[in-house]
Amino acid sequence: MSAGSEQHPLRVAIVGSGPSGFYAAEGLLKSGRMVRLDMFERLPAPFGLVRHGVAPDHPKLKEPIRIYDRIARVPEFRLLGNVTVGRDVSVEELRAAYHAVLFCCGAESDRRLGIPGEDLPGSHTATEFVGWYNAHPDYRDREFDLSQEVAVIIGQGNVAIDVCRILAKTVDELKHTDIAAHALECLAASRIREIHLIGRRGPAQAKFTTKEFRELGELADCDPVVDPADLELNTESLAELEDRAGSVAKKNLEVLKGFASRPARPTRRRVFLRFLLSPVELLDDGGGGGGGGRLEQVVLERNRLEGGPFRQTARATGERLTLACGLLFRSIGYKGVAIPGVPFDPRQGVFPSRDGRIVDEAGAVIPGLYAAGWIKRGPTGIIGTNRADSMATVNSLLADLPTLDTGPKLGAEGLAGLRPGQGPRVVSYADWLVIDGAEVQRGASKGKPREKFTRVAEMLRLLDRPFREKPTEP
Amino acid sequence: MPTIVTGNCERCRFTDCVAVCPVACFHGDDQMLYIDNNVCIDCGACIPTCPVQAIYEEADLPGELRVWIAINAERAPNLPSITEKQEPLPGAEARKADLGF
Ligand SMILES: Cc1cc2nc3c(=O)[nH]c(=O)nc-3n(C[C@H](O)[C@H](O)[C@H](O)COP(=O)(O)OP(=O)(O)OC[C@H]3O[C@@H](n4cnc5c(N)ncnc54)[C@H](O)[C@@H]3O)c2cc1C
Ligand code: SF4
Ligand code: SF4
Repeated sequence: MSAGSEQHPLRVAIVGSGPSGFYAAEGLLKSGRMVRLDMFERLPAPFGLVRHGVAPDHPKLKEPIRIYDRIARVPEFRLLGNVTVGRDVSVEELRAAYHAVLFCCGAESDRRLGIPGEDLPGSHTATEFVGWYNAHPDYRDREFDLSQEVAVIIGQGNVAIDVCRILAKTVDELKHTDIAAHALECLAASRIREIHLIGRRGPAQAKFTTKEFRELGELADCDPVVDPADLELNTESLAELEDRAGSVAKKNLEVLKGFASRPARPTRRRVFLRFLLSPVELLDDGGGGGGGGRLEQVVLERNRLEGGPFRQTARATGERLTLACGLLFRSIGYKGVAIPGVPFDPRQGVFPSRDGRIVDEAGAVIPGLYAAGWIKRGPTGIIGTNRADSMATVNSLLADLPTLDTGPKLGAEGLAGLRPGQGPRVVSYADWLVIDGAEVQRGASKGKPREKFTRVAEMLRLLDRPFREKPTEP
Repeated sequence: MPTIVTGNCERCRFTDCVAVCPVACFHGDDQMLYIDNNVCIDCGACIPTCPVQAIYEEADLPGELRVWIAINAERAPNLPSITEKQEPLPGAEARKADLGF
């Protein structure tokens, strides 16, 4: 008999507590089967990029946390926070303790530009900056030299726009958000005057959503600047705009035209939206990439578009220009991180899968291993996209029930690495609510929805009572 | 700024939209769906999934469809919540073709 009955519940380990993990939990809890879900999260704080990615000035987009909170309070669900799968518990152990393991661990590393000078001081990934202003413990101690006057952002997706907006806003526009205190303090002293958002292709191919883009025109002390020459499109791009599939691009272009035609205000900062440019080298103050100095200039190469409508790619023209800048952020995409015991596709940065079932190098399904969200699809789509995606994986899992190992499983109690007195201090959902309450309280006096803790140790200190009593020495 | 379901949804109800809604704010009667804008977070995830382009952000709503703002506001809170993808209504494909999609 397959698992999922009263006497014989289906035990599933979910790795990662972001949107895809919680929507997978929702799907399993609604399946009509008797399930026991253990969600493993490497940080003490749950909710993945909804907490650590979504921009602090977009509080509405964090509302899905209310839905996740409801799921987390269901008795069949447990959070095991502060546990890193692959380090504190192995995938092999999870496979022995659960009927199925569902990886929802996101895409936590960055794609590289692959150009000389990429690692010069002053050149950063968007991930570092986003993690820093959102109080991700991994990025707490990063430093960004905001005494520079010119910042360049490579990439034109929504993350690039978030980075741009946080750099462009005044302290007054940010101080009542949940931005980390250390970030707000540094941003208050920022001397940035120009931000250049660099796109490889033309305005008709840019990836941002119109709403995020419009916001750049609504800032208190920063104006967008567009070169009208960039708005003269080739016939292929015009054809894209006329097509139904080009409706977002068409709206984006209207916004750009609005930016180009409005009178400039005497603002302290300006955002330059620049197109058809690719970085080819970052130069330091010594004039040579990779030298001992810090970032001074970026060398850009002009591109032209080649190919038919919707298939246009950027081709270098050979024409180069330099832009003096002391700060650069690259935001050109994310990759997943491998976990020992799970196949990994290093090129796509995902766990290879078919219909959510993880497959080995030969393409054969590995029974009991599943993936959902960014680690399955790659870093595309917004929070809600993960809901349909996780439901699809859950449907595969439920269809496989008769073929899964049906023996009784112990769940978290069967994990040697989490035995009393060993391993990490496991953070339950009740523990998290203690941390959550303390954050909200810390924020209240500053008029912030919360003041996040930025260090794991700070969070754990709040939790007086150990998860399981340690054996006391006689 | 609200997100609005308009008349194209009527008699069709392909529920692709609800599958991607992160906050479960769609509600429905036997004809069509409506968005509860007290709950909707304006993320826009649903807009591109609708096969008959029934969903708009308010800023993009053509003038003749603006009546739907009030209709969504009035009806959504009083109707049951729809959170799972359902079978389209009978005749949905024909209706979709009629609408030119
Ligand atoms: C900067 C940024 C801003 C964004 N802004 C928006 C927005 O405004 N609106 C919107 O709709 N979407 C936004 N997105 C997209 C959205 O955040 C993603 O679609 C979504 O978070 C992906 O969900 P996920 O569950 O796959 O991954 P994640 O949200 O990344 O969750 C993965 C979780 O797994 C954990 N984890 C990883 N490895 C392990 C391990 N070995 N053991 C245990 N736990 C592990 C991580 O700590 C993390 O909590 C944004 C994305 C980024 C990067
Ligand atoms: S996808 Fe479109 S037609 Fe279908 S229910 Fe949603 S709004 Fe209505
Ligand atoms: S905009 Fe987002 S929150 Fe609102 S109805 Fe659509 S999917 Fe749901």
